[in-house]
Amino acid sequence: MAKKEYAFYPGCSSQLKASAANYLTSTRSLCRVLDIKLTEIPDWNCCGASIGYAEGGELPRLALNARNFALAESHLPGQDIVATCAACWLSARETKERLDASAELMRETNEALAAAGLHYKGEVAVRHMVEVLIEDFGYEALAQPVVKPLAGIKFAGYVGCQTNRPFGIAGESFENPMYLDKMVETVGGEAVTGYDQKVTCCGGALAFSEAEKSQKQIRDIVESAYDHGADMIVTPCPLCQANVEIYQSEINKKQGTKFHMPVLYYSQLMTVAYGGSAREAGLDGQLIRAEKLEEIAAKG
Amino acid sequence: MSGERYRNSFLREVEHNVEEGHWVKMCMQCGVCSGSCPFGPHWAHPPQELFMMIRAGKREEVLGSDAMWMCTSCYNCVVRCPRKLPITHIMHGLANYAHRLGLAPKNQPTRQFAKMFWDNLSKTGRVNELKLSLGLYFKDGFKQGIRNALAMKDIGLGMLKAKRLNPLELVKPHACKGAKDIHAILAKAKEIEDRRKGLSA
Repeated sequence: MAKKEYAFYPGCSSQLKASAANYLTSTRSLCRVLDIKLTEIPDWNCCGASIGYAEGGELPRLALNARNFALAESHLPGQDIVATCAACWLSARETKERLDASAELMRETNEALAAAGLHYKGEVAVRHMVEVLIEDFGYEALAQPVVKPLAGIKFAGYVGCQTNRPFGIAGESFENPMYLDKMVETVGGEAVTGYDQKVTCCGGALAFSEAEKSQKQIRDIVESAYDHGADMIVTPCPLCQANVEIYQSEINKKQGTKFHMPVLYYSQLMTVAYGGSAREAGLDGQLIRAEKLEEIAAKG
Repeated sequence: MSGERYRNSFLREVEHNVEEGHWVKMCMQCGVCSGSCPFGPHWAHPPQELFMMIRAGKREEVLGSDAMWMCTSCYNCVVRCPRKLPITHIMHGLANYAHRLGLAPKNQPTRQFAKMFWDNLSKTGRVNELKLSLGLYFKDGFKQGIRNALAMKDIGLGMLKAKRLNPLELVKPHACKGAKDIHAILAKAKEIEDRRKGLSA
């Protein structure tokens, strides 16, 4: 039996050949090493994300998340729901808190779920993969399986918004959370200090609708990583990863910068440090190749 | 028209019909929210100003504004607000209410994208990233669409090569088996919410 079991909520971007497919690949790899069994919530659906607000309203978004809860409760009883995506985690946790706090919303949500013969009892716990790693394992335990320390690579820990606010990781501050830096150090990398764009917003979904305004944010995030001597950026959020990596070429084109900064997930760092191959770490999923990590992964 | 029963009090209307709207009267006008917003300079009326306008009964000015559509959902204002107002949610709620009443600015890009996003995800229960991107490129017609798609072609090809984009999503998308269940749940939820707010279908 696996050491720990969870009801896994990967979310739309962490599906095969979706924009964060490499997050899924590397998460699966690191879970194999740590003996974590992730069982997908059967037939899970989208969380609605924040941007769903305009058309979705409040109750439909709560009901969307509650469908996942109801499915997890009946198929994977007693297991915590674990999300890797910041938006999935946030939407699910917000739903959980609102339903816990209001009997009326709970009643209305269940009235909506009943249209599909479902019922949510109110028993699930919603957690982020980072919480699982830090709270259920701890930095020391996470350091144990390291066989290839990421020595000599400097990482700018870009936490972003929704893994940090409004819930964040217990015991961390909103303005300067340290867990990502600690995770970098746990796998033998160097966390750059004073990275002042650690919790800056990348524009989120508005990278699509307000491209110029968002690209100004992204420019600050990348530029500061260079200013602080980073070789790579590391993040826990799939939208941060995508926005900050993908739009560098656009910013270069429009503003004459020469950005070429790899943007990785913590799960990719851990997989390489645990001895996984470049493929197992999803490094083939980078638009901007993380060559220094590839070199470590290729070493015998 | 909807909102008629609150004619003399826009604040009361917001309290009843806007997500987390009951918090509006708690704002003490310190402006920390506005100073903390990543898109702050682009707001025609920053959050604390919107709150004051609500209290002053400026219904058309608030609901017709594109200010709250600048919210990136970063929650910086929420964690810094000394009165603990869930400002992000109130902004979402105001935008949703204005959109629902048809008072939000037409062609507001985030309004358009947000609607596309919801329609996209509710179809199969999961977001179809390819259709969403293409829908965005082609929203202003075929010619502009081709131009937009060409401008982004290097990124698209890069994503394809990195196996983070699948052209087959157009014909065989990721989908929930219970898509019909989801449609039924969403329709029911909307019906309940509209009834509670006194909005007709």
